[in-house]
Amino acid sequence: MATVTMTVNGKSVSGDVEGRTLLVQFLRENLKLTGTHVGCDTSQCGACVVHVDGAAVKACTMLAVEADGTTVATIEGQQAEDGTLSTVQKAFQDYHGLQCGFCTPGMVMSATALLKENPKPTEAEIRHYLEGNICRCTGYHNIVKAILAASGQEVPAIAAE
Amino acid sequence: MYNFDFQRAASVADAVAALQDEDAQALGGGQTLIPTLKARLAQPTTLVSLTGIPEMLGVTVTDGAVTIGGATTHAKVAAETATTYPALSALAGGIGDPAVRNRGTIGGSLANNDPAACYPAAALGSGATIVTDKREIAADDYFQGMFATALDEGEIVTAVRFPVPEKATYQKFIQPASRFALVGVFLAKYADGFRVAVTGASEDGVFRWTEAEEALAKDFRADALMDLHILPDNMIGDIHGTKAYRAHLVRVMTQRAVEALL
Repeated sequence: MATVTMTVNGKSVSGDVEGRTLLVQFLRENLKLTGTHVGCDTSQCGACVVHVDGAAVKACTMLAVEADGTTVATIEGQQAEDGTLSTVQKAFQDYHGLQCGFCTPGMVMSATALLKENPKPTEAEIRHYLEGNICRCTGYHNIVKAILAASGQEVPAIAAE
Repeated sequence: MYNFDFQRAASVADAVAALQDEDAQALGGGQTLIPTLKARLAQPTTLVSLTGIPEMLGVTVTDGAVTIGGATTHAKVAAETATTYPALSALAGGIGDPAVRNRGTIGGSLANNDPAACYPAAALGSGATIVTDKREIAADDYFQGMFATALDEGEIVTAVRFPVPEKATYQKFIQPASRFALVGVFLAKYADGFRVAVTGASEDGVFRWTEAEEALAKDFRADALMDLHILPDNMIGDIHGTKAYRAHLVRVMTQRAVEALL
């Protein structure tokens, strides 16, 4: 066992983990932050995307010990203290960018990372960036619209149709 | 996953010492190794993480060469070679997906030498030099077949040095589920000729298509390759494409590469 310490959603946390404990297991099982989902467990689907030191990563394909000393952001940390949704979360709500909701935490985290890197992405850039996030319900159209809206750009009527 | 001890190396010397144990395994970004461990296809007693070794991080440009630390992520390579070596930047920016690119490393990719990975094509197509903890290996000698390299047990790729070509391009026919190359062709033009490196196609892993290099030196047009044929015998055949299909794609993708440079 090893002890890991990291800052998760602004709070310092510690825990004892095995070498093989995945970051996503540490978040879900030790910290009970179950908003980060495990979809495929093979780094294909992106439901487990979190930010480690600001970069989007798949928490199912990173060891908890590798995250020792880092700053981690999960879906639970996206809203403000008073519960106000982040711009991206609000846009997902406004544009109905979800159906069953399973992929949504990863979609929101990926979208948030994209907008930090590229504040005004084109529709094509959004679709390309979401290559590693799989949604089995909506076919992505409303997700793409939500991200366009979150970036402050006009959402063309024909966008993603 | 079977359990293992985890060790974070602080220096190359540190990592080399830790890897003396024959059951120890180097860990780069883990984007291949962690899934492999999950599938219980490997059972190391110790994983030695290389990603925190300062001397193995970053991109430096000197005298017409770009040198990339072995633990540098694909995302960083894509961002930091955009102006110095655009074809390499585009290749790195097309590996996997953004989250994978934020973890996966160039050294890890080259040490693994997946027959469908992108970086082997860039390294071989650029005539790069693979720098390890104990020697320098020319790309032409480094790749030795599917998942096989010239690396000894416990030897670490500390950096990769790419001579920057006059121009280059990477054309990838993507396998949409895995995002690996079904066939990928890296074409580079240097003062002394062309290099064509093909990934994704052969059962022997990445290879140079020397017939195409010679034909292009005489006549740099896509049509100059029309009469060249790759024999399907040694091509990979699987549910995504037959041997004959991949053999055909090699020429098509090389022609697309030529068109991209014209």
